[in-house]
Formats: sequence, structure tokens, C-alpha cells
Amino acid sequence: MASPAPVMASNEGMIDAVNSALGASVVAIVDAVGEISVTVEREALAEALLKLRDTPGLEYQQLMEIAGVDYPERPERFEVCYHLLSLTRNHRIRVKVTTDEETPVPSVTDIWPVAGWLEREVFDLYGVLFAGNPDLRRILTDYGFRGHPFRKDFPLTGYVEMRYSEEHKRVIYEPVKLAQDFRTFDFMSPWEGAEYILPGDEKAQGEAPGAPTPLKADEIKGGNAPPKGEEAAATPKTTEDTDDTGAGEKANKKAAEKSDEPDVPGGDKDG
Amino acid sequence: MAEYLEEIAGETDAADPTVGDTEISNYTINFGPQHPAAHGVLRLVMELDGEIVERVDPHIGLLHRGTEKLIEHKTYLQALPYFDRLDYVSPMCMEHSYVLAIEKLLGLEVPTRAQYIRVLFAELTRMLNHWLNLGSHVMDVGAMTPNIWMFELREQAMAFYERASGARMHAAYFRPGGVHQDLPPKLIADMADWLDTFPTLFEDAMSLVVDNRIFKQRNVDIAVVAKEDAIRWGFSGPMIRGSGIPWDLRKSQPYDVYDRMDFEVPVGTRGDCYDRFMVRVEEVWQSAKIMRQCINDMPEGPIASLDRKVVPPKRGEMKQSMEALIHHFKLYTEGFHVPAGEVYVATESPKGEFGVYLVSDGSNKPYRCKIRPTAFSHLQAMDFMTRGHMLADATAILGAIDVVFGECDR
Repeated sequence: MASPAPVMASNEGMIDAVNSALGASVVAIVDAVGEISVTVEREALAEALLKLRDTPGLEYQQLMEIAGVDYPERPERFEVCYHLLSLTRNHRIRVKVTTDEETPVPSVTDIWPVAGWLEREVFDLYGVLFAGNPDLRRILTDYGFRGHPFRKDFPLTGYVEMRYSEEHKRVIYEPVKLAQDFRTFDFMSPWEGAEYILPGDEKAQGEAPGAPTPLKADEIKGGNAPPKGEEAAATPKTTEDTDDTGAGEKANKKAAEKSDEPDVPGGDKDG
Repeated sequence: MAEYLEEIAGETDAADPTVGDTEISNYTINFGPQHPAAHGVLRLVMELDGEIVERVDPHIGLLHRGTEKLIEHKTYLQALPYFDRLDYVSPMCMEHSYVLAIEKLLGLEVPTRAQYIRVLFAELTRMLNHWLNLGSHVMDVGAMTPNIWMFELREQAMAFYERASGARMHAAYFRPGGVHQDLPPKLIADMADWLDTFPTLFEDAMSLVVDNRIFKQRNVDIAVVAKEDAIRWGFSGPMIRGSGIPWDLRKSQPYDVYDRMDFEVPVGTRGDCYDRFMVRVEEVWQSAKIMRQCINDMPEGPIASLDRKVVPPKRGEMKQSMEALIHHFKLYTEGFHVPAGEVYVATESPKGEFGVYLVSDGSNKPYRCKIRPTAFSHLQAMDFMTRGHMLADATAILGAIDVVFGECDR
């Protein structure tokens, strides 16, 4: 028994069928978690969707959803995902294209009129442009809104807040004032491979005996940290002899002789 | 006006009856956002030629709250109550898509009893939703009584909601891995009794409208949608079935235990507002049938997965077991991590296909949670459905769409 998610027709053979129908416009095609995602070339999108709708054996008649996703670290940061549904074959497929802030995605309003609002929504929330959409206005945000709120770099609180002003007798906009700092909690567990050191965790490396020190145990000579192993042994000490230090011969032999009387405390021990 | 009357006074001409008539041009009116028949905060900018609608431009987003962005900043469990607040008329059906999406990404098994409970309450929710819609649709076209009777039915059904989840509307009852708490035996027995008694009131309410001449005049042949149009405009739910396409995700893509249920999918014959209304009426009876089956067949057993990395332990267990206490603490602070991946899970909500496109990056928060509202595509078709109809028909068409703005605007 697997998860009780909706069961549709099998994915078997679908990757090959989609590949042969779309040909060279396919960038990648994966079958993950029981769902097929096809990434296609941006310019070939409208053509690819038309083929998916009209090719016998594919027959994705309905466009159910267009979803934007923002990955700011990628060179083309936006992904636009089209979810198609086949009523006759009882199957779903996801078609993706990537784009950035400036490059428009071809509109599919000619194929499915329902795409009109769905594209408007992606434009409104992410700022993705759609070439050929006859009515690319904002749809969900306020009249006169600025920015694209679902981008990852748009703050959750937004930039402006509005209230009714008794003084002006109308609704006015003001910069957001937070009564309490915005709190975001970091739930990464240090036991499950966080890549940075949590405050305080540096102590977990083992300390030198004695008073607490900001130095780590292996940075202190004579500390109880384990030896550094192969690497440490292979690196020669640079002050073994005069050849290494470049100090040359002793200039004054007389001065270099050791004194009999220890007039300097600890002088004879130094060697 | 006085000057105009003076101007045309005494001017009559049998040969030319248009003497004294003035040319009027199209004019634009605002329907809403504050209008009792706008079902919330819908603003329709209508271009009228006399009383004939020439063009409709729906302005939505007046209830946009950025739910999807908020969800990106919450753990998977903390994001769940947002779904109740989407379509606040059918809260548990909204949760259903979301929990199924999480379970699909996790590959989590759900005990059979939990699946039965979910189906039972999803169908109760469908009845709740349809009663509100049928009532308000009837009221939009001029009848008052059935609406009030069906609010009484809703009141009875919401008592079951409250007894199961503690809340009349915003239940947060479906959880990833099962449901929150088990149903008491008395509640199941009371629901079974209620399923025998509610039909009287519902039949009475429907008998006032379904064969009523005025009601039919207002709905039959209004906004006829052909099958091809229903497909092109992304229709789903009662809207696509009203157009004669027998498409129901509970039948074609069964989730939970819908594959074990025996029920019929009603379809319309003409694709008009009356058909959509009657499809919903029949769906109420089918929902009652499914609920009876759930109550009869429901097995004993756990009501949520026993995977302690996702589902918190029972409180009694926490008093005894240190490990249970740790699990509880971890699940309610950090939450559970969902493997990286993406799923689109759609269920048959009372209004149509309600989908959740969930992208996970492997952390304890969704990277992206796109909600596919049903009303979005239906409302977009408002323009072509209303064109050429009278202004008063716009309310009937809107009523038959069954739009709730919490879900449409998100």
C-alpha cells in the first residue's frame, strides 16, 4: 500500500511517446514521484503544447494550471510549469520552461483561452512576461501595486501598508512599520549536516586544559587535540637549522659560547 | 428631463414611430465589489447596451492575502490551517489536496480507518458546500425560503464538524498521515441517524424550486456552455458535468478509499445554469450515499500513520515514553522534513478540481506551494457566458459558477 494520492493511468511508455512527439525541443524529461515533467525550449513552448494536445496517444485536452516558481540562484531564475490533463486518457503531465526577468515566454492563449488569466497571475506575482497575451494586466494584487510579491527576494511583509486616514478621509499608503521584528527561525539540525557552525558549536571540538580560550584545542601547542596525522608529519618544520632560517653562521663565536654562570633566569635551559 | 419633454411635446408621426426616441450609447456599470449577489468581493465591470450585457471584465484579487507566500514561510503542519481559509465553505476538501500532496512526496501510508474518515468528512463538506450554493443561487434569482431552510441543514452538519474537530468551520482536521483525532462512536451513530432524517427538509426545500416555473425561466438556457468550450476554458467539477462530460476525479483518479465507494456521477444535458443547479442537487444525494457506505464499512484501527517522524504520538503515550515526548517536541517545533521533489495533486472539491502543486527542497518548509483554485478558470469564462444575456442573468450565472473568493484570490 502506497500513499493514498489520486491514481491515474500508468506512466509506462509515456516518456518515449512524448519524446517522439516533441522531438528536439525537449531539454529534459523525468518521471519522479509518479509524475512526468518535461522541460522544453522556451521558444518551442507553444508548438510543443499544441503537439501534446493534438497528437493521438497524448491528447492532453485541458490546461489546468500555470505555476511560476522562483529559483534566484539559477541563471534563468523563473520556472513556468504548465499542468495538462487528458480527459480521454486520464493522465497528467507537467511542461516546464525557464526564463528570466526580461525574456518573454510565448503565450498559449491561442491554444487555451483559460491561459489568459493564468498567465496574468504569473506575470503579476513573478514578473514573467508573456509574448502574445492580449491582456497582460495585474490580476491579484492591488490597483497600482509595485513589485512582484512572490519573488523570493520580496519581503514577506511587503513594503507598504494601508489604513483609512480620518484626517485625509481616504485610504492612505505608508511604509510598513513592524511592532515586532520579523522573526524567522532556522530549523536546520546540526546533527543532519548543517554546513555552517551554529553559535557555540565551536566549543564541541575539545578545549585545551585550563582556562577557556577562543583558540581551538588543535591550535594550542601541547593541547589534547589529536595529532593532525599524515599532513602534519609531511610538512617539515622550517626552523630546524640555519639552512632553513637563512640565519647564516654565528657572527661572534665568543658571544655564542655559553656562559658558566646563569645570570639570566632560565638562560641555560633554552639551549 | 423637463426640457426634453418640452422638446418632444406634441411630436407624433404615424409614419415614423421613432420620432422622439433618442440614441443611447453603451454604458459601463460596476457590479460589486459590495453587492449581495457578488458572492463576496467580486467587481464586475460590465458594458451594457440597454439591459443586454456586451462585455464583462471581472476584477478579482480584492481578497488576495498572499497565502502561497505565507505558506513558504511556515512548516508543513503550520501551513495546513491556511487551507481552511481558502474556500471557507468547504474547508476539509481544501485540506484534502494538501495532505495528499505531502503524503505523496513522503510516500507515506495512511491507515484505512483514517482514509474512511477523510472520505466521510469530505462528503459531508460537499453537502455543506452545495447547500450554501444552492440556497444562494435560489436567492439570487428571487426566492428566499429554501436558502433559510438549507442554512438549518448546514447548521446540523456543522455540529458534526464541531464534534469531530472542535471547530465549526476552520477545522484543521485532516493531517499529513491521517486525521487529527478519532471519531467517538456516538458521533458516528448520530451521523447515521441524521442521514436518515435530513432528506425531509432538503426535499421540501428543493420541491419549492426545481419544478418552479419562475425558477426555470431564470435558469433554463441561460449561459449554455458546449462541451468543447468547457474543455478549452479549463472547467471542472459541476461546471464540466453540467455541460455533459462525465468527469469526476473521485471516479477517474480515485484517492483515499473512493475506489471502494459505489456512487453515480450526474451529468447535465444542455449545459445551462439549470443543469449545473440540478447536478449539485443530485450530488448531495450521492454524497449521502457515500457517507452511508463509509459509516457501514469503516474498520477499526489507528486514525493516523504510526510513523513517528511525521505524525505526533498520542498524549497518553507522551506521559510514559521519553521518546514519544521528544518526537512530539520535534514535530511541533522543527516539523518534519519532506524529500526534495515536486507533485501536483488534485482532488474533486465540491467546486471542481482543487489542485496543490507542491515543490519541496528537502527542508521542513515548502519551497513553493501553488494552489489551483477552481473559481479562477470558471470566473474567467464569465465574459463569454454572460455576453448577450440580460443584466439580471449575470447573478444567475454567477450563482451557478459557485465562486468563493477566499479560494479564488488566495
